[in-house]
Amino acid sequence: MSSPADLTLAEAAAALRAGALSARELLQATLDRALLTEAELHAFLTIDHERARAAADAADEVLARGETTGPLHGIPVAVKDNMVTAGVETTAGSQILAGYIPPYDATAVTALKRAGAVIVGKTNLDEFAMGSSTENSGYGPSANPWDTGRVPGGSSGGSAAAVAAGSAMIALGSDTGGSIRQPAALCGVVGMKPTYGLVSRYGLIAFASSLDQIGPISRTVEDAVTTLEVIAGHDPLDATSYRGEYPQYRSSLERGVAGLRVGVVTELAGEGISPDVLSACRSVVDSLAEAGATISEVSLPSMEYALSAYYLIAPAECSANLARFDGVRYGLRVEGATVEEMTARTRAAGFGPEVTRRILLGTYALSAGYYDAFYGQAQKVRTLVIQDFTKAYEGVDVLVSPTSPMTAFELGSRTEDPLSMYLVDVCTIPSNLAGAPSISVPVALDVASLPIGFQIMAPALGEEVLFRVAAEVERASGWNDRRPPLVEADHGV
Amino acid sequence: MEYEAVIGIETHVELATDSKMFCGCPAHFGADPNTNVCPVCLGLPGALPVPNEKAIEWIVMIGLALECEIAHRSQFHRKNYFYADQPKNYQISQFDVPVCSAGMLEIEADGRSTRVRINRVHMEEDTGKMIHIGGGGRIKDADHSLLDFNRSGIPLVEIVTEPDLATPQQARAYAQEVQATVLALGVSDAKLEEGSMRFDANVSLRPKGTGRLGTKVEVKNMNSFRSLERALTYEIERQTAALEAGEQIYLETRHWDESAGVTGGMRSKEESSDYRYFPEPDLVPIEITDTRRDAIRQGLPELPAARRSRFASLGLDPASVAVLMSGGLELAGIFEGACEAGADPKTIANWVTGEVTAFLRRESVQLGETPLTAEHLFELERLCAAGDLSSTAAKQVLVGVLAGEGSPAIVARARDLIQISDAGALATQIDQVLADHPEEYQRLRDGDAKIIGYLVGQVMQITAGRADPKVVSSILAEKARG
Ligand SMILES: [Zn+2]
Repeated sequence: MSSPADLTLAEAAAALRAGALSARELLQATLDRALLTEAELHAFLTIDHERARAAADAADEVLARGETTGPLHGIPVAVKDNMVTAGVETTAGSQILAGYIPPYDATAVTALKRAGAVIVGKTNLDEFAMGSSTENSGYGPSANPWDTGRVPGGSSGGSAAAVAAGSAMIALGSDTGGSIRQPAALCGVVGMKPTYGLVSRYGLIAFASSLDQIGPISRTVEDAVTTLEVIAGHDPLDATSYRGEYPQYRSSLERGVAGLRVGVVTELAGEGISPDVLSACRSVVDSLAEAGATISEVSLPSMEYALSAYYLIAPAECSANLARFDGVRYGLRVEGATVEEMTARTRAAGFGPEVTRRILLGTYALSAGYYDAFYGQAQKVRTLVIQDFTKAYEGVDVLVSPTSPMTAFELGSRTEDPLSMYLVDVCTIPSNLAGAPSISVPVALDVASLPIGFQIMAPALGEEVLFRVAAEVERASGWNDRRPPLVEADHGV
Repeated sequence: MEYEAVIGIETHVELATDSKMFCGCPAHFGADPNTNVCPVCLGLPGALPVPNEKAIEWIVMIGLALECEIAHRSQFHRKNYFYADQPKNYQISQFDVPVCSAGMLEIEADGRSTRVRINRVHMEEDTGKMIHIGGGGRIKDADHSLLDFNRSGIPLVEIVTEPDLATPQQARAYAQEVQATVLALGVSDAKLEEGSMRFDANVSLRPKGTGRLGTKVEVKNMNSFRSLERALTYEIERQTAALEAGEQIYLETRHWDESAGVTGGMRSKEESSDYRYFPEPDLVPIEITDTRRDAIRQGLPELPAARRSRFASLGLDPASVAVLMSGGLELAGIFEGACEAGADPKTIANWVTGEVTAFLRRESVQLGETPLTAEHLFELERLCAAGDLSSTAAKQVLVGVLAGEGSPAIVARARDLIQISDAGALATQIDQVLADHPEEYQRLRDGDAKIIGYLVGQVMQITAGRADPKVVSSILAEKARG
């Protein structure tokens, strides 16, 4: 018998409205699923039973009056633990924030609550969202529901694993260089990074401010649309928040791709990409052609340098963003004889090796005498990447590539070699540098029965065309909300 | 060898906006510690800055008042350094593209006017305040320190000069002119003693007449114009003595010790600082169109230089103008109020720069703390013009008004200072004096006009100064003619 935890958001919302399901039942099924899977997955850092139950009961009371508060009414949602939640511990996966209780909600969290969502808990991540496997979490790694000996990807690995396992119906992630899309690909779910500025960053614990963007992780493209429509919107508390119109994206889902021009990125379709991933992506492209899209190959020559530029810009910004964790006002404090000694000891004890590495890298890149050669140069490359995209979009409506060069890798297999871990993000980073939207849609399994994600990129504010293609990819791939073996027993398949 | 000083000044001005630079917290002084705070100005995880548009407008006003160029597009940068009073451990400031640059301020000092070039005027945020407990209040020796973040994030404007000042007197005149300008604009209360206006000076010496710059020393912690002047005088003497003794001047920051009258070095703690400036990614560039700039220029109030020359055109001497201008806006304001009501500018200026200033100094109060108004001054001047008060009596009445005894008419009556100018009323007193001084009376009758002055004095004496000397004098003159 099937569990309500495996419904899509759209299905659950319909069942709730029809009275076929209560928010309390839905939450219980979700919490039961977490109980079943968390020992192996460790997708959550905090599960907030009490508040979640109270929110579900409140949702049921409103339903009993025949009303709903919004599109996420009664829907169990997980939030990546780098978004602050009033009264609920928020650590960003770092020991330096162990026990930290924020006094306010991130704007995206407020939006979820206003839309009626039931927040189940806070999900695991690479410390301060720095990583691609969740192995950099200060609280231990998460596992992939498709093979618990493998990583779920990262840094939003906990959110992706939770949605894949059914311990959350949808989740929020944050994406700085692929941190939503790559784990979504590795866990067989949909992950979307919106245009920079579309979702407020207020309350998102910053990693790299000019690249960070909050977005949805869901089981279907439609659910991603529903979630994005809830969290997108101008926020006066974020000076980089987009001030223009925020359209509805739902109508894109059924429009098909006939007449659309799809560009396959040459640089992301060969070397360094696993054969299974390549062939799966090729057959998706073929099906897009069958659905009426025009396919061409597009070269983005600056892709070659994008990764290097990213690994200067992001650490530079992070070196300043993480300076506030000094033991003075909140979080961990390791005492010392002087303020300087206290701060140094606190940071040495509180930050993990990858975060420390990036702070050092960023501090160095910004130092007098090195700024022009490193940070300045990286910003020029960023401009080139944007120009490459602009030029490419003169001839195509969307660009496509694999989301990740490989499927889920084994836990511990890349931790010793940071550079091999950095290469995991090669396909996703360019969209962050360009501030443009991008989505990963699960399309197939590889020989080891691990999910493969297909990435679609669109110009800034091109969410409508992005979702048009994503919906077609979802239909054509025949993925059909496939579930990982971990939950198949409960799922009743 | 003879040396000359090269001085540059950095001025920090806290803007008197209602809210802070990057959050909605109140920006006022005097609240209980850590009550005017929020996630943004406490640097809590996830908080983001949003610029205060009023502060941007005000820095443009300051820039325009200092004849600066206003950048169409300027940028906030992060200035990175760790300090416990700085919640983010970086300060949002400006680096290579400040809002205002290349300005000029003309000052009067050492008997001549000097044009001081302004290098830049930029926008930043203030830090919190630290109080060190134990160890004589120094961070190094303290048992512990207390932090108050009420000041954190208050808009701060930094005005940086070129090294165009040559003497401590010029430096003081510059500082006073900046204060007068900021007060005229109404963008800051500019109180040195409360720290809402702070001056740091860079001083170096060079052999007189040479063009190169010597090693500069930064002098901090001067909280009055007088201490700015004293500190620079001391520092120039110190550097001169050092150079003459063949010693080296070190690049360092020295703190002025007001009570000891010396600057003290902190060289041991000084490290070459690399602030690793980079563009603040949480903020978009500040855009100021020509239209907006021109609109702000249109709204500028009268600046001190213009006001000074207007006062001079009223016939006031330079010394009076200087005193009127130096008391901030208050003295000039009350002066102008009385003149606008129709009083004689010179009389009012004499009172304001004389009795009023003396009273304020004697009682250590601000004009605003006294009941004196422009209307009072006007009323007083009318009483004099009508002959009801002598100029001596007017000064006494003024002191009475300042002391809270009431309006000039009330004080004049209560103190019995109304002048007797009625000839009939004065006849008795004059006859009395003539009877008491027969010899002098005879000389008067003999037509000796020189004796009139003496007799008037005697009448003034027995009327306790209330007789109108003009009236007395004309009555006596009549009697002389027989
Ligand atoms: Zn605040």
